Amino acid sequence: MGGAEEFLAAAVRTGTPLALAALGETVVERAGVINIGLEGIVLAGAFGGLLAAGSGLVAGFAGAVVAGVVVAALFALFTVSMRADQIITGVAVNLLVVGLTGALYRGIYGATGAALTIPTTGTLPIPLLSRIPLVGPALFDQAPPTYVAYCVAPLLAWWLYRTRSGLALRAVGERPDAARAAGVAPASVRWIAILLGGVLGGVGGGMLVLSQAGTFAEGMSAGRGFIAIAIVALGRWHPLGVLAAALLFGAASALQFLFQAMGWALPYQLFLALPYVLTLLALAGLAGRRAVAPAALGQP
Amino acid sequence: MSWLRRVATVALVSLLALAALWLALRLAGLDATRALIALWDGSFGSGYALTSSTLVRATPLILTGLAVAIAFRAGVWNIGAEGQLLAGAATAAAVGLFATPAFGALTVVVALAVGALAGALWAWIAAYLRNRFGVLEVISTIMLNFVALYAVGYLVRGPLQEPTHIYPQSEPLPALAQLPRLVEGSRLHWGFVVAVVAAPVVWWVLRYTAAGFRVRAVGQNPSAARVAGKIDVQRTTMGVFLVSGALAGLAGAIELTGVTFALYENVSPGYGYTAIAVALLAGLDPLGVLATGLLFGALEAGALSMQREAAVPAVVVNVVEALLVLLILAVARWRGGSAMLARLAGSGSGASGDDSTRAGGEGAIGRGKAPGAPPASGTHAEAAG
Repeated sequence: MGGAEEFLAAAVRTGTPLALAALGETVVERAGVINIGLEGIVLAGAFGGLLAAGSGLVAGFAGAVVAGVVVAALFALFTVSMRADQIITGVAVNLLVVGLTGALYRGIYGATGAALTIPTTGTLPIPLLSRIPLVGPALFDQAPPTYVAYCVAPLLAWWLYRTRSGLALRAVGERPDAARAAGVAPASVRWIAILLGGVLGGVGGGMLVLSQAGTFAEGMSAGRGFIAIAIVALGRWHPLGVLAAALLFGAASALQFLFQAMGWALPYQLFLALPYVLTLLALAGLAGRRAVAPAALGQP
Repeated sequence: MSWLRRVATVALVSLLALAALWLALRLAGLDATRALIALWDGSFGSGYALTSSTLVRATPLILTGLAVAIAFRAGVWNIGAEGQLLAGAATAAAVGLFATPAFGALTVVVALAVGALAGALWAWIAAYLRNRFGVLEVISTIMLNFVALYAVGYLVRGPLQEPTHIYPQSEPLPALAQLPRLVEGSRLHWGFVVAVVAAPVVWWVLRYTAAGFRVRAVGQNPSAARVAGKIDVQRTTMGVFLVSGALAGLAGAIELTGVTFALYENVSPGYGYTAIAVALLAGLDPLGVLATGLLFGALEAGALSMQREAAVPAVVVNVVEALLVLLILAVARWRGGSAMLARLAGSGSGASGDDSTRAGGEGAIGRGKAPGAPPASGTHAEAAG
């Protein structure tokens, strides 16, 4: 692989866990809920993946999903059933997961746990497609969950914009009272949306362990959940836009590899900060034109 | 809710959280009783533990807790105290390292002032993005936290690195740039006094001044504040961001000149995030922050001794802190609670003011329609409420 191919592959690899988490959050936010606890969901997914990986990779991803859903359910219990503030609950959920995973990790694997490695999924090249020059290996020679992200984005777009239940979900995010008058139960819809966000966020977190790192580290989500929330805004709350935004963000993160390959001697912290700066600039540039956020976002 | 009732609630919730911790440790097969004793010994158990651990830890938590409390009171969801704290710490380090000859004995004061200014500037970015482009501050402040973290990472490997260029940290500050000890022979420094004084000052400003009234009005209902109160919501929001950032920046500058004396990447163990829990537990009351800041300082100090004495990982304290917040939300929900706690929990009492407050913070996304125009999101809340 040449430098450009490697760059594109790194962009997709970095972007996919973000894409999965952000796609879940898109549904959540379309239902009028902002789940800051996504960071905790991703971290829980990573830890759940590690715990279950002993029984195989499929079990690992199942563990990741269960962990993500449990955390999401806690968030939904407080924000939907008890109508507590979403931001505050999300912050508390993040604290809880950081503490729980850290303590359990040390408790189960010892104080260091450094030597712990598990087998990873490796890549699954798609026949023919992976042979397309330049973009083939980047897009179609990736870990299996990557293809899940490719499929989930158009499926979600179809669901949200072409089905009655998708319309109901978006109605809950725009005008919960109008939706209720039309026979939709906003609380049930939000519960389902948040749990779905837990599934996808959990898979995204599981990917970090099961497809990429092959090990777990305390706090290894490293802000990916927060970034995913920014990506939802960047993708303007549309699944396809969100997928594109996630890959764009992955590309911005992968720039460091490209510049390293080109022998630029810039401090690497500048490249690490670059995606966050770009996100801020993109949000500022995009938001000026048209209001696209769900109108009832953040209201209990 | 009266003072007494709020204190009772927090005490009850703390006991519940500690009981849960004890039970969890028992179930995990650890010596739970010994762990809790270690928690006490490391926090309040001795004069040294109190002054050198608990109060030292509480100082940045009180200041950042105040930063969060004042922001949330105005419906400004500043999750960025961590980044603002780092901005303050980095600039205080720069002042101490390079400007000590110029300022002499005044260096500490200058370092604190410049640190506060840097925190305010860092918060200004998020404020500008919100007012000018309608960027949700929840997102922008979190992004800025990461930028600040990497900026510090760059500084301690670049311009501020110690002369041998081996370790990713700065040189220790010269003595003139260090905060003097408050109690000789302990680690307690004058920064604690700053924090203790700051709390009643913020409380007084919020309660008795015109500016404080504007902050509370905007927080309770931005549309009403604008229409009926003729309050410039954007200007008030900007002011709150700057004060909030300055408090967090001051916390960072104090931590650097009073505790660590050198800049490195992990200079803050997440004070800016813990601050959110500190502020919430206090019901966003500045005087309450003084108490909850001490409580969390004690928890974190005790957690370290718990790790030493009973082999219980110190991160467990995060679970306790999270449980405290969730329990207080639940208690406020079930008992009605104070107006502020009820507002936080989103429970019924005073529901009309309730929803528009949240919209003031959250509606930031929807404000993209007309850049520079005052927020229109209050209408959503009225429709939804």
